[in-house]
Amino acid sequence: MNERQEFDVVVAGAGPAGIAAACAAAESGAAVGLIDDNSEPGGQVWRRDRSHAPSQLARFWLNRLERASIHRFSQTRIVAATARSRVLVVEQPRGSFEVSYRKLVLATGARERFLPFPGWTLPGVVGAGGLQALVKSGLDVQGARIVVAGTGPLLLAAASHLRLAGARIQAIVEQAPLPSLTRFALQSARYGKAAQALGLGLDLIGVPLHVSSWIEAAEGARRVSAVRVRVLKKVKTYPCDYVATSFGLAPNIELPVLAGCEIEDGFVAVTGGQRTSVKDVYAAGEITGIGGVDSALAEGQEAGSGNALGADRWLPFKRLLHDTFNPRDELRSLAAPETIVCRCEDVRRSALDGMTCWREAKLQTRCGMGTCQGRVCGAALQFLNGWRNESVRPPLLPARVETLANPGRRSR
Amino acid sequence: MLRAIERIPITVNGEPRMVPRGASVAAALLGLGITEFRRSVTGEPRAPLCGMGICMECRVTVDGALHTLACQTEVCEGMTVRTDE
Ligand SMILES: Cc1cc2nc3c(=O)[nH]c(=O)nc-3n(C[C@H](O)[C@H](O)[C@H](O)COP(=O)(O)OP(=O)(O)OC[C@H]3O[C@@H](n4cnc5c(N)ncnc54)[C@H](O)[C@@H]3O)c2cc1C
Ligand code: FES
Repeated sequence: MNERQEFDVVVAGAGPAGIAAACAAAESGAAVGLIDDNSEPGGQVWRRDRSHAPSQLARFWLNRLERASIHRFSQTRIVAATARSRVLVVEQPRGSFEVSYRKLVLATGARERFLPFPGWTLPGVVGAGGLQALVKSGLDVQGARIVVAGTGPLLLAAASHLRLAGARIQAIVEQAPLPSLTRFALQSARYGKAAQALGLGLDLIGVPLHVSSWIEAAEGARRVSAVRVRVLKKVKTYPCDYVATSFGLAPNIELPVLAGCEIEDGFVAVTGGQRTSVKDVYAAGEITGIGGVDSALAEGQEAGSGNALGADRWLPFKRLLHDTFNPRDELRSLAAPETIVCRCEDVRRSALDGMTCWREAKLQTRCGMGTCQGRVCGAALQFLNGWRNESVRPPLLPARVETLANPGRRSR
Repeated sequence: MLRAIERIPITVNGEPRMVPRGASVAAALLGLGITEFRRSVTGEPRAPLCGMGICMECRVTVDGALHTLACQTEVCEGMTVRTDE
């Protein structure tokens, strides 16, 4: 087996942004490697669904990817990067090796952001996208009672998908206030999103939608059995089998940080043509600001082709998304002193009292040092305490120990 | 959406169970009504949160391999799964 594979362009992440970048680069004649840790391309939004055919947009891009001459590495995770030598260390289920590039496009996307509330560690409290993913991978939710809560357009998308799968959606609980939501609906029409939103709205007729509302607590002995929801000044209790919760998305900036890219307000800073602060390293998609599939595609094409194609027309939409769904300040007090913040190490909020930064918290409580490497509590504490966890050390999880000891050597 | 889903036999905590072919171990266990995948460091029951390989809450033992992510592993005939380890 090759110990090192060389490409003109390497694209990290095969979501919409990475697919668009890889296609644009390959179609202009470059030797392209596309790396993703899933078994199939598509990223978050085009994740394979056993019960539904892919959308037209997904089919178009996946076909284009199929036709382009691109070396695809699936089930391959990038665990380390050294920008100076232009080498990535990658890991596959059966071994690890290196990949070198002249140009690197980072398109590592985003994950769901969770904010802690009392009871959020109970079994049955699941991410909104997470529950969708479980349904796509075979979970039957026929007849299950589900409360969908948090913030952002994904709540409606998840509710609609779960309902189609037979779930009984008890309520949708959105923290954003009605005036912002109305403004969002009106303004997003400009970006061709209105029909989409309307379609979701129609799907969900009959489901109570509470705005300016949030979950106060999930209740249950060994799994969730009900949630208490604050609706204006009242508290309503909904019995349920699952709570699908998500407070927007958090960008996967670990690899960009390792590659030395400058981070601004939590996202990878880019200038014209999606260039990062590091020479010959580009970034596209959610890691440069949450904007959804269309802006990811536009930025990907720009990053892959090296030409400015006007992807910045999506900036106002990204800002609109952020302004509409940025969690309100009241949510900072949702987590009680005894609420667990770091689920890997069971660190309670009160254990962090008086601490001023991540470093202190890690040293004294092991917060963020468990197996998820702070991927869940990091985004929560950024919101709760304003802490930024921007020091990333390789290997990016989950790497096997021998990968970094002997890059290039394959294990059995 | 009634379609015949083929079921395959696996063993969960020592008992024979039937689960949908092609499902992830996480989806299969939840489908069986099992919600305690692992114990946290202070002994709380935990189950999948993210569904996509990030949170590590879905770790179970699959065919003897400890700490296997149930949400990232597909069931196969004859598989042995243990929770709560
Ligand atoms: C659960 C969920 C559901 C969503 N649903 C919708 C929706 O319905 N509609 C919509 O418009 N948007 C949706 N989004 C928003 C979504 O982020 C964007 O629409 C779009 O998928 C972003 O594209 P991307 O290419 O930037 O990132 P992603 O689609 O997130 O793709 C990034 C890819 O990089 C891979 N990756 C990351 N790090 C590494 C590494 N170190 N090594 C190897 N591979 C790596 C990831 O596994 C992933 O496949 C959803 C997001 C989430 C999290
Ligand atoms: S459910 Fe989060 S890693 Fe499996």
